[in-house]
Amino acid sequence: MHKDDQALVFELSTPGRIGYSLPEMDVPETDINELIPAGYLREEEAELPEVAELDIMRHYTALSNRNHGVDSGFYPLGSCTMKYNPKINENVARFPGFAHVHPLQDESSVQGAMELMYDLQEHLIEITGMDQVTLQPAAGAHGEWTALMMVRAFHEANGELKRTKVIVPDSAHGTNPASATVAGFETITVKSDDNGLVDLEDLRRVVGEDTAALMLTNPNTLGLFEEHILEMAEIVHSAGGKLYYDGANLNAVMSKARPGDMGFDLVHLNLHKTFTGPHGGGGPGSGPVGVKADLIPFLPKPVLVKKAEKYVFDYDRPQAIGRVKPYYGNFGINVRAYTYIRTMGPDGLKAVTEYAVLNANYMMRRLQDAYDLPFDRHCKHEFVLSGKRQKKLGVRTLDIAKRLLDFGYHPPTTYFPLNVEECIMIEPTETESKETLDAFCDAMLQIAKEAEENPEIVQEAPHNTVIGRLDETLAARKPVLRYQKQ
Amino acid sequence: MKHRYLPMTEADKKEMLATIGVNSIDELFSDIPESVRFKGEYNIKPAATETALMKELTKMAQKNADLKSNTSFLGAGVYDHYMPVIVDHVLSRSEFYTAYTPYQPEISQGELQAIFEFQTMICELTGMDVANSSMYDGGTALAEAAMLSAGQTRRKKVLISSAVHPESKDVVQTYAKGQYIEVIEIPHNDGVTDLEALKEMISDDIAAVIVQYPNFFGRIEPLKELEEIIHAQKSMFVVSSNPLSLGALTSPGKFGADIVAGDAQPFGIPTAFGGPHCGYFAVTNKLLRKVPGRLVGQTVDEEGRRGFVLTLQAREQHIRRDKATSNICSNQALNALAASVAMTALGKKGVKEMALANIQKSNYAKKLFKENGFELAFEGPSFNEFVVKLNKPVKEVNQKLLEKGIIGGFDLGRDFSDLKNHMLVAVTELRTKEEIDTFVKEMGEYHA
Repeated sequence: MHKDDQALVFELSTPGRIGYSLPEMDVPETDINELIPAGYLREEEAELPEVAELDIMRHYTALSNRNHGVDSGFYPLGSCTMKYNPKINENVARFPGFAHVHPLQDESSVQGAMELMYDLQEHLIEITGMDQVTLQPAAGAHGEWTALMMVRAFHEANGELKRTKVIVPDSAHGTNPASATVAGFETITVKSDDNGLVDLEDLRRVVGEDTAALMLTNPNTLGLFEEHILEMAEIVHSAGGKLYYDGANLNAVMSKARPGDMGFDLVHLNLHKTFTGPHGGGGPGSGPVGVKADLIPFLPKPVLVKKAEKYVFDYDRPQAIGRVKPYYGNFGINVRAYTYIRTMGPDGLKAVTEYAVLNANYMMRRLQDAYDLPFDRHCKHEFVLSGKRQKKLGVRTLDIAKRLLDFGYHPPTTYFPLNVEECIMIEPTETESKETLDAFCDAMLQIAKEAEENPEIVQEAPHNTVIGRLDETLAARKPVLRYQKQ
Repeated sequence: MKHRYLPMTEADKKEMLATIGVNSIDELFSDIPESVRFKGEYNIKPAATETALMKELTKMAQKNADLKSNTSFLGAGVYDHYMPVIVDHVLSRSEFYTAYTPYQPEISQGELQAIFEFQTMICELTGMDVANSSMYDGGTALAEAAMLSAGQTRRKKVLISSAVHPESKDVVQTYAKGQYIEVIEIPHNDGVTDLEALKEMISDDIAAVIVQYPNFFGRIEPLKELEEIIHAQKSMFVVSSNPLSLGALTSPGKFGADIVAGDAQPFGIPTAFGGPHCGYFAVTNKLLRKVPGRLVGQTVDEEGRRGFVLTLQAREQHIRRDKATSNICSNQALNALAASVAMTALGKKGVKEMALANIQKSNYAKKLFKENGFELAFEGPSFNEFVVKLNKPVKEVNQKLLEKGIIGGFDLGRDFSDLKNHMLVAVTELRTKEEIDTFVKEMGEYHA
């Protein structure tokens, strides 16, 4: 063991210590061998740690100190919308009436929870311009798959069994083609043109009788608005396909353009991005799906409806794709999103988008001389730079990202989208102050200068993190995925 | 507008617009064609102040009958359990909850190590070699297990026990349709998977057999016999398991399971009206490279310091795109952290003690029901749930019980046509003798 190693909780374990206080065993006990059949009573105890409460707290506090969140510092991770996670959301989600209700209680005893869900649906319907919303999907990718299953059910209901292909742009997030595969479709890629937008000629070439849907983010992953969206919708619709909106980038267009008005038939939202459900170190998220009227029959069941002032889960949905998740979705995240939407109101949500876009454009202009700017036009909530100039000096985008760690920042998304060389994708969000944006830009400018004058300092970064660059090849070649007692 | 989440001042805005070289924010939206431009503001409720919103939402929450002000005997996959108070204190550390997926290991060692510890604890309980960093929930984890099995065996049929959670069965069914996999249900006999029926149904074109242990009715499935039947056809043996029960029961890994999946909700995760909970997914070494979702692995830095990274990412959607093992991206990391803290607090002794308390207390309730003239639908060993026959619709009974501050059990008639007027009762370690006695007394007049 290295002297700097952070102990694993298992290494803190000492037989005889406990960290729990279970309720009393106040019923008469029966010999356990009479209750559990021979061979089914566990013989070897599971090797869980034995640690007292204070040492557990210290362990996790030490771990938290080795972690960077939005509350620790700037986190401009492109396409992830790492905005502030309001604290009121956390309080509300912990109300006993929200945190400690059971999904299978009688509906009459959970009308408050259902009211919140219903009102959130109504708000999301207005925000997206769709006709109905389901809150069932647990995350963005889950929403994508749910929507594609609905597309499949729609085409099948119309006897169109040959619509087996889903089109995605070359700049699409990896979950798009992966979700298409899980929903039983084949993925076709449509190229981007020199302006970073979907190439309309190529789109016309790839659509046809076998097109089930086109999946699109707008603005796209380069942070650019697909200006020809109505033309694209026309191309896809006249071929008989459906248009799917990946809501990953909704923060860029709230109150400015709605997917429903742009011709989209289905949309998923990432409530953990635009609507401040915290990212939680990778989840849980929430990925509601909104649809136009002709797709409503295919929504996963149950569908939450309001009947005579009562909220009801409607299971009588003969054309539904089925259930996509036990119960009704990640309710706790939906509570947070609802609290946020109610906190912001219509003028607030509009301001969110305006500042998100202002901040991104400001940073883009401050950095455009030091780094290559592949698409020189107004961006939306995020923008991409290319590190190809620095690459010629022997400094890769990976090195720039690692050097940013020394300044106390979480680096931007790197090497994505795939169609930009040495890509650096920056999304500041609206909740950052000008001082923060300036300080980050100053660091980026300094790193560009270092790449020219003193590349080693960048190539060897980070210099002041708790650990240096880790050997990922070793991790993959000889996988150690759990602790084993020596 | 001024808002506490929006720090830009008018002066900032002016300066920034000048740097960009435009006169107004509107100009930045000039690329949105007029024809699709949304004019004005959303027709949604106006912004609420912190105080007003807290008040309104407090009232809304109070319209719900919660498990803490009432006494719950409702389980059916989601349970009211002891939650060590430290769990929420750890979760409230915003270095954890405001971070995202640990893509930058140098500043994410906390999250990565916590997940590595989670993976280890899940392996310990399930008796499996490898566990991933979490899935959405038990139902989708089971669906992923079905898909993995079909891919691995190149077979397109899956058998699922009728004693698996009905909502999980539905989810498996939905995913299976996407993958052109046929799902066939195995009947149960006296509340456990019917082995004779299984023997009839299984053949060498079955990708997997899915059972639940303890099953949806609380019964302990005969994993030993199941394993022999299933592996004789080289089908995958998939077990959905409540990980708490494994503190007292022999692990599915010990019985030769290929995949164990389920939900870690019993460990420190609130019921939260059904989510977010925490799916887990564990396999044998043989399936390591087929696992869906993220895996955390141990490695070293240049100076030999131990560290953790996301590993074997070539399985995942952001690398492999349409050829990925799954489309999962966001998972339930924060809830995996909650489960880790709870498992750590309970530790080696506590997890066993808690599991045994569930067996003892539910057994006490079971006996008490029988002594009071109730008939149980199924006899035989169970974990913390059992099925009671009633003379009235369960919904009706539950409404009466709620008037007494009791949240009654699950109405099996909803999903099982042969189990109308049957209540699935859950008794966890939280229920006191007094609460159990009162419950059985209040149920008095409803025995069939």
